[in-house]
Amino acid sequence: MTNEFRGKSAIVGVGHAGFGEAHGQTAYDIMAQSSLTALADAGLKLSDVDGLFCTMMEDSMPVLMAAEYLGITPRYIDGTMSGGSSFVNYLTSATMALEMGLCDVALICYGSNQRTASGKLVTASKLPPYEGPYSPRYPISGYALAAARHMHEYGTTRENLADVAVAARAWASHNPEAFMRDPLSREDVLASRMISDPLSKLDCCLVTDGGGAIVLVRAERAKDFPNAPVYVLGSATESSHRQVSQMKDYATTAARESGKRAFAMAGVTPADIDVVELYDAFTINTILFLEDLGFCKKGEGGAFVSDGRIAPGGALAVNTNGGGLSCVHPGMYGIFTIIEAARQIRGDAPGIQLDGVDLAVAHGNGGVLSSQVTAILGSASTL
Amino acid sequence: MENSLGPDAKFRDGLSKGQINLQQCGDCSQFIFFPRINCPHCGGTSLTWQPASGMGEVHTTTTVRRRPESGGDYNVCMIELSEGVRMMSRVDGIDPHDVKIGMPITAFVGDIDGAPAVLCKPAEG
Repeated sequence: MTNEFRGKSAIVGVGHAGFGEAHGQTAYDIMAQSSLTALADAGLKLSDVDGLFCTMMEDSMPVLMAAEYLGITPRYIDGTMSGGSSFVNYLTSATMALEMGLCDVALICYGSNQRTASGKLVTASKLPPYEGPYSPRYPISGYALAAARHMHEYGTTRENLADVAVAARAWASHNPEAFMRDPLSREDVLASRMISDPLSKLDCCLVTDGGGAIVLVRAERAKDFPNAPVYVLGSATESSHRQVSQMKDYATTAARESGKRAFAMAGVTPADIDVVELYDAFTINTILFLEDLGFCKKGEGGAFVSDGRIAPGGALAVNTNGGGLSCVHPGMYGIFTIIEAARQIRGDAPGIQLDGVDLAVAHGNGGVLSSQVTAILGSASTL
Repeated sequence: MENSLGPDAKFRDGLSKGQINLQQCGDCSQFIFFPRINCPHCGGTSLTWQPASGMGEVHTTTTVRRRPESGGDYNVCMIELSEGVRMMSRVDGIDPHDVKIGMPITAFVGDIDGAPAVLCKPAEG
């Protein structure tokens, strides 16, 4: 049961900034505001940060740009770019760096102004050479190819997909920080403009501004900070491909492997989990990840999410902030899965705060279902 | 000179002559795509080029919606060739909404914006 990694680090500060529209601000302004908020939450100063973990949608060396902007000279950096999963991945490298004494205060941070800067999803990716000529709409067509195959193999329906969006909106409607809070029905989703079959506009995440930051320290000193620590019990990654045309099984993701290892590290099972925060770039993601992480059997995800079963009051609490579909999605959402999971465990979630949350999953997705990273977070009682 | 071409260039050179050529691993016998210098299945480097049969089926598909004035809706799909490799392509010759998973296709070298590309059409018979 005891794993070398389990419980070695803890989140002692979280922060975010610029949700929705942050007019007149650069991506780095939003990153920095998020970082300052997280540090204040932890009772720390910028000068305390000696480990920096960051990637952005702009620049070829974003972690260096972030350090420069913040005015720090970190002695450990990680700017690994695996798309939106990067920030969950940093939980692994930050924990190792802390444990090895390579840094004492790890700051994971991100910011984007893509809504007000361009009004559309900004991606640093060029279409791969063996896909570009066919003009798939990136990244939605990649997810559409997976959704179509899942429907073909398991009978998943557009109504099932719609119910994911409806549940996300229901959580968001209680969250004052969420960008979209108006009521949403299954009919609304089904009637929304088709973009790349079978995914319509309301099957897609938002395009917003926003940033987030997390402060991580060694577990041994985690109780010295103002907030209840949130421990990293497991964190595991699996990379299956980069180009969607190289995905081996369009109805199963590498979350099956990342989840298996993260749960093993944490010594818990999906049945023990109180709240699940998944990277829902598109409605199919939620179905795929719930299956692949073991919350339901492969092929049963459509039924699992239907009729309010992952909405407030349902069988399983999923994406309690409203997710990328209805809360915030500034290009890369991964860091917000950690922030919402941590706040649910701390008891200060901005929307619906669930009772007695001790164990949470934060799951990041990167590329086109390419990189899957699963983290298990827990309260002090889980150590 | 041709032997000095890398796998990507060699594949494109074939396309420019109207041929779809695939690499086959001399160690594990599997066909691979995209072209590269090592077999992704076994790590082998004894890769040889073989002409593709062109026979296959649609593995998964999407219709990308586009305004009529910009050219209208179009198909993007993954095809699986009888050699066992998959590649992105487009089924031409039928309404994009009629492209279905499992549909038998024949791949051919067509043209997209002036460059040769693997396209396909519904298999006959």
